[in-house]
Amino acid sequence: MRVLAALSGGVDSAVAAARAVDAGHEVTGVHMALSRNRDLHRNGSRGCCSIEDANDARRAADKLGIPYYVWDLSDEFHDTVVADFLSEYEAGRTPNPCVRCNEHIKFDTLLERASALGFDAVVTGHYARIDIRDDGVRELHRAADAAKDQSYVLAVMGPEKLARAMFPLGTTTSKSEVRSEAAARGLGVSNKPDSYDICFVADGDTKGFLERALGERPGEIVDQDGAVVGAHSGAYSYTVGQRKGLGLGNPAADGRPRYVTGVDTARNVVTVGPETLLSVSTLVGEKAVWLAPDVTADAPVECHAQVRAHGEPVPGRVTREGDRIVVELDAPIRGVAAGQSLVVYSGSRVLGQATLVR
Amino acid sequence: MGNPSSLHGDGRRRRAIVEEARERIAAALGADPAEVILLSGGTEADNLGVKGLWWGRGGGRIVTTAVEHHAVLDPARWLAQTADATVHESPVSPNGSVDVDAFRTALPGAALASAMWVNNEVGAIQPIAELAAAAKEAGVPMHCDAVQAVGHLEVDFHESGLTTMAVSAHKLGGPVGVGALIARRDAPLSPLLHGGGQERKVRSGTVDAAGAAAFASALEEAVRTRQGEAARIAALAARLADGIRAAIPDAVVRGARDGYAPHIVHAVVPGASSEAMLMLMDASGVAVSSGSACTAGVVERSHVLQAMGHSAEESRSAVRFSLGWSSTDADVDAALAALPDAVSRARAAGQ
Repeated sequence: MRVLAALSGGVDSAVAAARAVDAGHEVTGVHMALSRNRDLHRNGSRGCCSIEDANDARRAADKLGIPYYVWDLSDEFHDTVVADFLSEYEAGRTPNPCVRCNEHIKFDTLLERASALGFDAVVTGHYARIDIRDDGVRELHRAADAAKDQSYVLAVMGPEKLARAMFPLGTTTSKSEVRSEAAARGLGVSNKPDSYDICFVADGDTKGFLERALGERPGEIVDQDGAVVGAHSGAYSYTVGQRKGLGLGNPAADGRPRYVTGVDTARNVVTVGPETLLSVSTLVGEKAVWLAPDVTADAPVECHAQVRAHGEPVPGRVTREGDRIVVELDAPIRGVAAGQSLVVYSGSRVLGQATLVR
Repeated sequence: MGNPSSLHGDGRRRRAIVEEARERIAAALGADPAEVILLSGGTEADNLGVKGLWWGRGGGRIVTTAVEHHAVLDPARWLAQTADATVHESPVSPNGSVDVDAFRTALPGAALASAMWVNNEVGAIQPIAELAAAAKEAGVPMHCDAVQAVGHLEVDFHESGLTTMAVSAHKLGGPVGVGALIARRDAPLSPLLHGGGQERKVRSGTVDAAGAAAFASALEEAVRTRQGEAARIAALAARLADGIRAAIPDAVVRGARDGYAPHIVHAVVPGASSEAMLMLMDASGVAVSSGSACTAGVVERSHVLQAMGHSAEESRSAVRFSLGWSSTDADVDAALAALPDAVSRARAAGQ
């Protein structure tokens, strides 16, 4: 196949491209320039976008003997991922920009452009496994290495895009295997640190980023009875379930810790309360993407639900209702914020994904 | 290894190689040997022309054009940011020619003027003699980036009326890493590199004798074969330009027959991104460029095309074909064979 390998400049995407070359595919490397004002050098734990990262990607392509290009997707990235990040926080929800990037950039802009240019598939260094069954159905599964599994942020791509994606690292049992493979292949990025921060937020300071972009909007923090217990500089930067950084002067009457239980950006009010108010036993997601055509879920189906990138999957029963996914949990969980991605699994298999409304 | 500035025998022989190269370079460009300052290439020559004249004149306004190479625009803008320079960038017409009246009007009292002979992206030829005469009349020293002109047009430094002129070896088939600033003896140049005082004390550093000799040979060859080659290349370019127009009727094609330099065919292809066309042509074995500057591989919107009135999107939708001594009819055939599919795929891929 003619495949396009997305090369971030990191070790995972370089080894993924190498494995695609080994598998006999005709591989072309593309580095996506996503930042409008790129730094010269890699900085902290951000995983992409500096010119140093682009050069690392180029050197990986050189080593693999594949053509290499840079595509400037900074406008698309800004107009979808960054704009969505800001508007979601502004609306009092909690977005996951990596999900949005996979949805809009890697498996939409990049994939559609690659298809139009004559490529059969896009190869990335994501940790997730695609199983092709005898009946042709493609199943998306958690990666063999549970610690690195990225199926949560990939589920959003949907079945049609899944058919044009390749994840050569999905069967890898550990990151160290990838690093030693990179070293053995002579790839200079074998020791490059892992990235985990949001790539467009400097220093991992989301609150500061939001304040610079949206401006300070001072307001009140109130308890469940409406009594003012503190002040904030913008309700948008708070997340339901948040405990740290509330800056509440006096402790609650019962001495128990208080959590954010509500964010109302229209009124610019943050509500706090005890942990018990955070309990949720029904998860409702909208804009559902369903990856299991053989599982209708018209009636409740046993599943595990996950609401955060590295969150614990919790058992329950899922039902599909058109554009919505509803999960009745076996036991309540807390800390569920609107805007987060709900991913539903059957064992290691992804059934579907939706955006939490409550 | 003998240092050409040393006094011993080996040094003298090296010095002789450098001086002979200098004489050959001067002769090929209509200059005197004393006017040839050898340095590392076009970028350094432009930097010395702009910053050297600006500092040498004690600062002030820089009069230039909106379509200059970054090696001229960036030093000028840098002087505006870090010192107290002001920069006038004369507008250009839709065909890329500088507005001579605007340029002339901005000259009185300026520290220096600077205009390129041939634009590196679209091949527009500037009226250098007219601009230089205007600068002379205003008493303003004038630099010219002639990197894309030498070997393609007749370039005679003394005839031009310029104060300084940048030339690069590798654009002529010579090695990368050598070039010259041709500078009148009275050019008020301040050095950028201080040290041993080589090259009229404006460019310290041991002169690269082998590079200078190779530069001289490449330059002589380019100038000697220019007329015959220019006609041959212009014929290839005309066939390429006609072929592009026939295949992509809505492309804006610029080539020799439209008054541009003989060695550049430039096409703005609405709806197709430079980077996609470049990649697809590359996959077909045809090397084209986006025409505009790249930072680590990112195609930027061309400031040249924007100055010529193209939209921001069109300014990222160009391909430039460069022809040279090694170009053949077969190359034109290959380019024309690959282009239609590349354009239709690139358009399908969107901007």
